[in-house]
Parts: sequence; C-alpha cells; structure tokens
Amino acid sequence: MSILPNILFAIILFLGIGYFARNVKKLIRNIKLGQDIDRSDNSSARWKNMAMIALGQSKMVKRPIAGFLHILVYLGFVIINIEVLEIIIDGLFGTHRVFSFLGGFYDVLIGSFEVLAFLVLVAVIVFWIRRNVMKIQRFWKPEMEGFPKSDANYILYFEMVLMTLFLVMNAADYHLQFVPGGFSHYHQAGSFPISQFIAPVFNGMDNALVAMIEKGAWWLHIVGILIFLNYLYFSKHLHILLAFPNTYFANLNPLGQFNNLESVTNEVKLMMDPNADPFAAPANPDAVPAKFGASDVQDLNWVQLLNAYTCTECGRCTSSCPANQTGKKLSPRKIIMDTRDRLEEVGKNIDANGGKFVDDGKSLLNDYITTEELWACTTCNACVEECPVNISPLSIIMDMRRYLVMEQSAAPTELNNMMSNIENNGAPWPYNQMDRLNWVNE
Amino acid sequence: MSESLIVPTMAEMMAEGKQPEILFWVGSAGSFDDRAKKITRAFVKILNKANVNFAVLGTEESCTGDVAKRAGNEFLFQMQALMNIELLNSYEVKKIVTCDPHSFNCLKNEYPNLGGNYEVLHHTQFIKQLLSEGRISFNKETYKGSRITFHDPCYLGRANNEYDAPREILQTTNAAVVEMKRSKSSALCCGAGGAQMFKEPEKGDMDINVLRTQDALETNPNIIVTGCPYCNTMMTDGVKFSHKEEEIKVLDIAEIIANAQE
Ligand code: SF4
Ligand code: SF4
Repeated sequence: MSILPNILFAIILFLGIGYFARNVKKLIRNIKLGQDIDRSDNSSARWKNMAMIALGQSKMVKRPIAGFLHILVYLGFVIINIEVLEIIIDGLFGTHRVFSFLGGFYDVLIGSFEVLAFLVLVAVIVFWIRRNVMKIQRFWKPEMEGFPKSDANYILYFEMVLMTLFLVMNAADYHLQFVPGGFSHYHQAGSFPISQFIAPVFNGMDNALVAMIEKGAWWLHIVGILIFLNYLYFSKHLHILLAFPNTYFANLNPLGQFNNLESVTNEVKLMMDPNADPFAAPANPDAVPAKFGASDVQDLNWVQLLNAYTCTECGRCTSSCPANQTGKKLSPRKIIMDTRDRLEEVGKNIDANGGKFVDDGKSLLNDYITTEELWACTTCNACVEECPVNISPLSIIMDMRRYLVMEQSAAPTELNNMMSNIENNGAPWPYNQMDRLNWVNE
Repeated sequence: MSESLIVPTMAEMMAEGKQPEILFWVGSAGSFDDRAKKITRAFVKILNKANVNFAVLGTEESCTGDVAKRAGNEFLFQMQALMNIELLNSYEVKKIVTCDPHSFNCLKNEYPNLGGNYEVLHHTQFIKQLLSEGRISFNKETYKGSRITFHDPCYLGRANNEYDAPREILQTTNAAVVEMKRSKSSALCCGAGGAQMFKEPEKGDMDINVLRTQDALETNPNIIVTGCPYCNTMMTDGVKFSHKEEEIKVLDIAEIIANAQE
C-alpha cells in the first residue's frame, strides 16, 4: 500500500489546524485590545456557571423547541469528535476503523453516532425551515440582512452535508463488510442502525466502486470538518468554542449592580474633600488621563469583546427587548454584532499597519451604533437574562452612554434638565429639598 | 386617607439619643410625585400600625443618584452617593427599607463599593417579614372575589432576583392572583427604567407602558399591583390609554395592605 495518501492527509491536517491556530491567535490578540477587568475571583461559582450554562445548556431550554433541537446538534457535535479522532488516526497511519478492536463497545459507539447524525440532520432541517420558511421574527431583523443571514444558512448546509457524508461512508462500509468472502480491508465492525437502510443502493454495484465511494466520503468528510473548523472564526458559529470561556468569565454580581467607575471616584473624592491638595502629584504621572465611558472597542473591557465574538446572533435578547418590541431602533443583538464588526475592522487595521492601530477616523459610536439606539434602552436587563451564553449587551450600552454624557455632554435635553435638578435640588424634579417631608401632612 | 401619620426624622431621634430599628428611605419619587406620595403614606401607615421603630431623613435626604447613573452620569451619581453615605454613616444607619426598587438596588448594590454598607430591604420584603411575624393584620375579606395581577419591577425582579416576596404577600389577601404571560424573569419592563421616566421615548410604533399594560389586561384583572412608584405611573397611564381606568385600579403592594387595615 502506498503511503502517499497518509502524507497527503498529514499535510491537509497540518494546514487546516495551522490556519485555525493562526486565527485563534488573532482572536486572542483582538480580545486583549480591551481594557483590563478582573474576573479571577470566585472560581467555583464560575466553573459552575460554565458547567450549567455552556455544558449543560441550561439557558437554551427556556425556549423549549429551539432548546431541544439545539441540544441534539450539540450532543452530535460532542460525540462525533470521538469519531473524528478515529478518522485522524486512520488517516495518519493508514489503518481502517482503528477503534474496532473495542468490539461490542465499538458497535454501541458507531450505533450512537449514526442515530445522532440522523437526529442532527433532522434538527438542522427543522432549523433551516424555521429560519427560511417560517420566518420566525427574530431571524428577520434588519441587522440579520446579508452575511449574518447567509452565515446561519451556510452552517446548516455544512452540517447537512457532513452528516450525509458520514452516513454514506458508513453505508458503503456496511455494504462491503458483507461481501461474501470479504473485500479488501473491510472487516465486520460497528453497528449501523441508520445507514443499513441506505446500503441497499449499493446492491449490484461494483465493489471497487463502492470502496471508492466509501473512501471519497471519508475524505470529503474530514476535509469538510477542517474547512468547517476554519470557517468558525469568520462566523457566529465561533460560539461552540467561546461559549465556554464566555460563561466562565461572565458577570456574577446581581444584574442591577452597575460598576462604579474608579477613575470617577478619585476625582469626586478630590472635589469633595476640602483638605485635598489640588497640586498633589498624581499617583502615576505617566498615566494617560482616563477616558470616561466608551466610544470605541478599545475602551470596552476584554470580557465585553469576548462577548462580541461569542454571540450566536440568536436574537433572543432582541426579541425580549421592550424597546425593540415597541418598534424602536435599539436591538441588543445589533449592539453586540456591531461591536464584533468594529473589533474585526480594528484588528485588520492593526494587521495592515505592522502591528499598530492607525486612526481610521471611525469609531464604534456613530459609525456603527447611533445615539438613538443608546438612549432607547430602559436598562431592564431582559437582554442579559435571555442570552443563552451570558452576554451583556446592556453593559456596552451603559459604557457608551457614559461616554456621551461625561465626555461629550451629549445627553438628551430632558435628561440634562433632570440632572441639573439633581445637582441643584437633590431630586430629579425641580422641587425644593426643604419640601421633602410635605407628604406627611397631605 | 388624611389621618395623621407619625414620622420621626433621624435628626429628632438623634437629639433624643435614640436609634431607630430601620431607616425608611423615601426616595425622590416618594417625596415629590403626587401618586407616589400616596404609596409612601400607605407604607408609613403600615409601619405605624405595626409599631415599627423607624425614622426618615426628611429634608436631609437627597436623590440616591440612581437615575443619573443609568443616564450615564457617573460623576453626579458618585457625588450624590458619597454625600448620602456620609450622612447615613454619621447617623450610624444599619438597616434601610425603601418602596423604590431603583433606590433599593442602588443602595444595596452600588453604595457598598463607595463605603456605604447597610442591610437594604425593599418594602415588599419588609412587609412580608412583618406579616410572618404577625406584626400586621388586615381584613382578609377586602379582596375576596378580586382578580389581581402583579407586574414585576425590573429592578426588584431581574436585577435582584426578588420575585417571591410580593407574591407571598398577595397570596395572603384571598384574591385570585393571576400571572401575566410574561412574568418574573421574563417580565416586560414598564418603560420607565434607565432614566426613560424623564424623557420622551425614542421613535417607535408604540410606547412600552402600553404594551406592558396589554399584558396585564389580558389577565382580566380588577387590580394591577406593582411595587415601584415608576411602574405605578406607567401602568396607570397605560390603563388610561386603554380607557379602563373606571374598572381597573393600579396599586402598590403597600396600598393593598394599608387599604385593608383597620
Ligand atoms: S436592557 Fe436595554 S437593550 Fe437590554 S432588553 Fe432592556 S431595553 Fe433592551
Ligand atoms: S447577545 Fe446573546 S441573546 Fe443576543 S443574539 Fe447574541 S447570543 Fe443571542
């Protein structure tokens, strides 16, 4: 037997994994463009979150139909990885079904792969119908036009093709296993609850041709998997990897607790303290004066940027957003997608300029996200509650509002009035603080 | 409801060398908004009846800064917070109760990091305690035959995971308590949060409070109950918008109990 296919396989595998690794490096670099935030506390609660939400899919099932179908595809994905391991070993060493020595257990393994592959196929077809035929509202929002919509469909087509190839490969193998007297290296192994029904199409076909079909399906299957792996980086499908770190690093505080900006605390304390020495040297004289709030992706923290890459564009946040439901421009999903798009743009800028960001006159604010969207948010946390992978669109909205108000003094007039009332009267309304107890005698 | 209330202030208490069991944080809405003032009075009526040893800050109280913070003005928020914390700490306040979920959230979650550490309760949590300790009672016949639906305020519910206290109180009333299609963690916002109360909404097809009131109306209630002065305003407006103000009342949990007392 020639070892040429094995060498070819090794090269393809090397290229596939190498290119993926290169993109992962880029991904990590882009996420690190964000500001520091400490999420190293309370690791037991974090592991638990990850186990429940990413591994256990606990938030997916809040919408039972999508949740159930998603679990099928997810299980299929996890389990099929064992199959991929066998494929890699077979490919590298020229073996055939190397795990088959496991005997009865192998039968169970292959049997369950087949059942799952079939269920995944069904689930994916239902997903496709939900997206394209039933036109479920949240998949048809403006931010889903163009690539995001085709992206979702590409993934579904990919999975359909991969699962079909897997079943065809098994069916051909099954057929050859039962050739009287045996055929080539096809020995009896595995159990084929699904593909045995496909196998009859090979009846009467030349055995050599069936073997070619088996090999062909095998090659297309593994090459397909490698292409899929590399497609991840460009797609919302990245969530299959990032859901894990994303849920681990997610906020553990009560949802209503917004962070207190430390840079502001220092200034406010200085302003309020009559004994403070206004000429005292700042602790770190080289520090760039802090920017309040965020106008671009580099002002956000790395967890928010990780969020942006993790988003599955499922739109659960948007469909639960009161502003969106009442026809306002705000869509929390769009906030997250814009953040990712801008981050990708900044990343490309850095690549093109030898590792340094060169100002491109653009920013997340205005070029991607408008103030109208930002001011429509009621900070109700429905989006955060809904997100199956613990993303917080609200935290980005808040940081951008902070920029608008504190750096640009660009709040809507009514809010400016409200704020000056607080400053002058200690209440958002224009009433005198001395009247605060009038209710007692009314 | 203009019976006289007993409302001691912290300053008076201090002068007498006394320390109250709780500080009642009235909040700006509770002090100035005409509708919310009634909620404040209802809650004090409960406190008085239960002989709760409480005090208010009175004219020394100032805005928590919550709305400024949600609007993005962290400066103004922290100025308010640090001022309030200084005052609260000088009175050695340990426990705070408030009828406003926004103040509740802000005092409970955002003040500690600035040096203000208190045990903070929403009034529904406190009323629940009083009920279970047998410190208050009310006429259970009052709501017999009514249909009540509860609107979860975002800053009590999703923001702080308190869904049970208001429901447990309502369960004691003998009314039929019906849930809206979206409730608890999936409740729709009333539309007032995040400083929206103080501005016109952005352009859209409808106002959020109208949509939320539809959720409530679908349950065919006589009374829509909530636990937040802003929700109260929004739902009241929503009911008016649907011309249902003759049949349907919008009440705070404190009013539900206070109205049935005596
Ligand atoms: S927090 Fe803002 S963006 Fe999120 S659901 Fe509520 S209104 Fe929409
Ligand atoms: S932020 Fe979360 S809920 Fe919203 S689209 Fe992305 S994954 Fe879905």
